[in-house]
Amino acid sequence: MAEANLPTSRPPSGRPFSIRSQPGFATLAILCFVLLYAPLLPLVVYSFNAGDSLAYFEGLSWRWYVSAWDNKLVQDAAIRSLILAASASLFATILATMAALGTTRTRSYRGQTLIYALINQPLMVPEIVTAVALLIMFAAIKAATNYHGLAYLIIAHTAFCIPFAYLPIRARLEGMDLSLETAAADLYATPWQAFRRVTLPLMWPGILAGAMLAFVISLDDVVITEFVKSSGQDTLPTYMLGQLRRVITPEVNAISSVLLAISVVVVTIFFFLNRKMR
Amino acid sequence: MGVEGCWIMAVREEATAIDGHNVSKIFGTGANSVAALDDVSVSIRQNEFFTLLGPSGCGKTTLLRLIAGFDTPTAGTILLEGNDISLLPPYSRPVNTVFQSYALFPHMTVAGNIAFGLEMLGKPKPEIDDTVERMLQLVQMEHLKSRRTSEISGGQQQRVALARALAPHPRVLLLDEPLSALDYKLRKEMQIELKRLQNETGITFVFVTHDQEEALTMSDRIAVMEHGKILQVGSPREIYDHPAERFVADFIGDSNFLTADLTSVSGSSAQLKLPSGKAMTASLPDGAFSKGPATIVIRPEHARLTRKKSGAAMSGTLENIVYIGTDTQYHLKLPEGTAFVVRSQNRRDAQEDYTIGDELGIEISANAVQVLRD
Repeated sequence: MAEANLPTSRPPSGRPFSIRSQPGFATLAILCFVLLYAPLLPLVVYSFNAGDSLAYFEGLSWRWYVSAWDNKLVQDAAIRSLILAASASLFATILATMAALGTTRTRSYRGQTLIYALINQPLMVPEIVTAVALLIMFAAIKAATNYHGLAYLIIAHTAFCIPFAYLPIRARLEGMDLSLETAAADLYATPWQAFRRVTLPLMWPGILAGAMLAFVISLDDVVITEFVKSSGQDTLPTYMLGQLRRVITPEVNAISSVLLAISVVVVTIFFFLNRKMR
Repeated sequence: MGVEGCWIMAVREEATAIDGHNVSKIFGTGANSVAALDDVSVSIRQNEFFTLLGPSGCGKTTLLRLIAGFDTPTAGTILLEGNDISLLPPYSRPVNTVFQSYALFPHMTVAGNIAFGLEMLGKPKPEIDDTVERMLQLVQMEHLKSRRTSEISGGQQQRVALARALAPHPRVLLLDEPLSALDYKLRKEMQIELKRLQNETGITFVFVTHDQEEALTMSDRIAVMEHGKILQVGSPREIYDHPAERFVADFIGDSNFLTADLTSVSGSSAQLKLPSGKAMTASLPDGAFSKGPATIVIRPEHARLTRKKSGAAMSGTLENIVYIGTDTQYHLKLPEGTAFVVRSQNRRDAQEDYTIGDELGIEISANAVQVLRD
C-alpha cells in the first residue's frame, strides 16, 4: 500500500507526543531541581553552625541569628530594606495598576504594543546599564540639591519594580470580561462606581500578586542599590556583599536564611490568597 | 435618585417606548468605514415584545447597543418615551440589558447581583431587600440566593441575569441573544419563561436574535434586518405569510421563488399568471407595482401534490423525497427547470405513495401566493 511508504512523524504507538515519555526526561528534571535547590541546603544548614566556619559543621546553635539580630549594622540595613521594599512596591503597584488599566480597559489604540514594551523596559535593559544611568543622573541631582536621603533608592526601586507589578495585574485584567463594566454602567453605576464595585474587587488578586512580587524583587536587589545608595545606606543585600570582602561568618547565612524565609512566606500567602479569591 | 424622577409621566395606551429616527452608526473612518446601521427608523410600542431578527452583522446588536447607550449614533436620534436619549450615558437611561454572556458579577452572590442596580440607584435598604426577594421568586431562584454565580448552572445564570436586569424596573428591557448559550430544551423552556415574565412585568422587551423560530414564537412584532437596514416590521404572521422582500421570505421559513407575470394590480392584491400559464390571485406588499414580471413566493406547506395534472396550478417531476418526522418534503423540478418543494404533513391514514420520477400536479392553496418587492 502507498501508506506504508510514507514517512511517519508520529510515534508508532499513535499517542500524541509527550515530552515526559522521552528517555532521560526524569533524570534531567531531577538534575534541574537539584541545581535549583541543593545550594540552598548548606546555606541554611550552616546558618545554624555553632562554629565560625562555613566548611566544618560544629553543632547546632542560634548563635549567628542572635549575632545578626544584635548587630546594629544589620538592624539598620534590615529596617532600610523593609522601608525601601514596602514603599517601592506600594508606588510601583499603584503605577502598574494604572498602566494595566490604561493598556487593557480601553479600546485598542495606535502604539499600544510600543507602550507595553516601554512599560517593561526594566526587564529588557541590562540592570547594570540602568544602574549606571541612575548613578549619573542622581549624582547630578545630589550635587544640585545636596539631598542624600532614601528617596533616590525608593525612586530607583519603584522604577524597576513596575514591570513585576504590572505583569500579574495585566494578566488578571485580560482574563476579565469587558462586558462586566458595561453591565455595571447599564445598571446605573457611574464610571467611578463601576470601578470601585466591579473592576477593583475583581483585579484585587492581581494587584496583591503584583505588590508581593515587587516587594520580593526590591528586597533582593543588589546592583542598582549598590550604584544608587549614598554612603551608610546599606540594605541587607549590599551589607552582605560588603561582608564578603571581609571575613565571612555564618552570620551571612543566617541573614540569607531569614530573607529566604520571608520570600517563601510571602509567596505562600499569595498562593493561598489567590486560590481563595479566584 | 434623579434617574427615575424624570421618567414619571403619563403613559398612554399604545404610546411608543422607543423611537429611532434616521439612526445611522458608522464604524471606522474613510475608506475603512462600515455602516453598521444605515438610516434606520423604528418605533417600538409600550409593553410589546419586539424582536430584531437578522443574520450576524445585520446591525441588530448595534441598534440594541445604541438604545442601551453603549454606543452613540453617528446620525439620527433615539427617543425613549418621547425624550431624546441619543447621547445619554448608559447609567442615566432607565433601560437594562440582558447580555449574551450574561456578564454576571463573579465576586457577588446571586442576590448581590440582583441588588446591584437598585443600590446604584440609591434605593433604601428595605426596598432593595424586598425587590430582590420578589425578583428571586419571579425567576424561581429563591433557594440559590446566597450562591456565587460561578456555582450555578448556565440556565440558572440566565435567570439571574434576567432578574438583575428586571429588578430596577426599567422602562425597556434589552435582550441580546440571551438564549443562544443554552441547549435546545432549556431554550424552549426559557422562551416560554421570557414571554411569561414580559406579561407579568408589563415591561417593553426588545429582543435580538438570529433564530427565526425564536422570533416567531415569542414576538408581538418582528423587525427583519439585513445590511444595517430594517426590511420589514410586522407581526410574526404578517412576516411569515406576507413577506415583502425576497430576503425576508428566504430568512424566515422555507420558500419557493418563482417568476410570474402580473396581469392586473389593484390595492393589495394582484392577478398573475404562473409560469405554467395558470392564472392566480396574489397578495401585494406596500409599494408601487406595475404589470409585468415579478418574483413571487409560495411556502412549501401551502402546496399539495396530486396525481391529476390537468386541473393543478403547476406540474413537475418528483426528484427527491425527504422524510423529516412530522412532515415529508417532496423536491420537484418544474418544466422550465426551476426547483419546487412541497411539504406535506405525515399521516397514518391515506398516505400517498409517490416515487421518484413521477410526473405530478401541484395544487396551491388560495391566498398562498405572495408577490415580493425587488
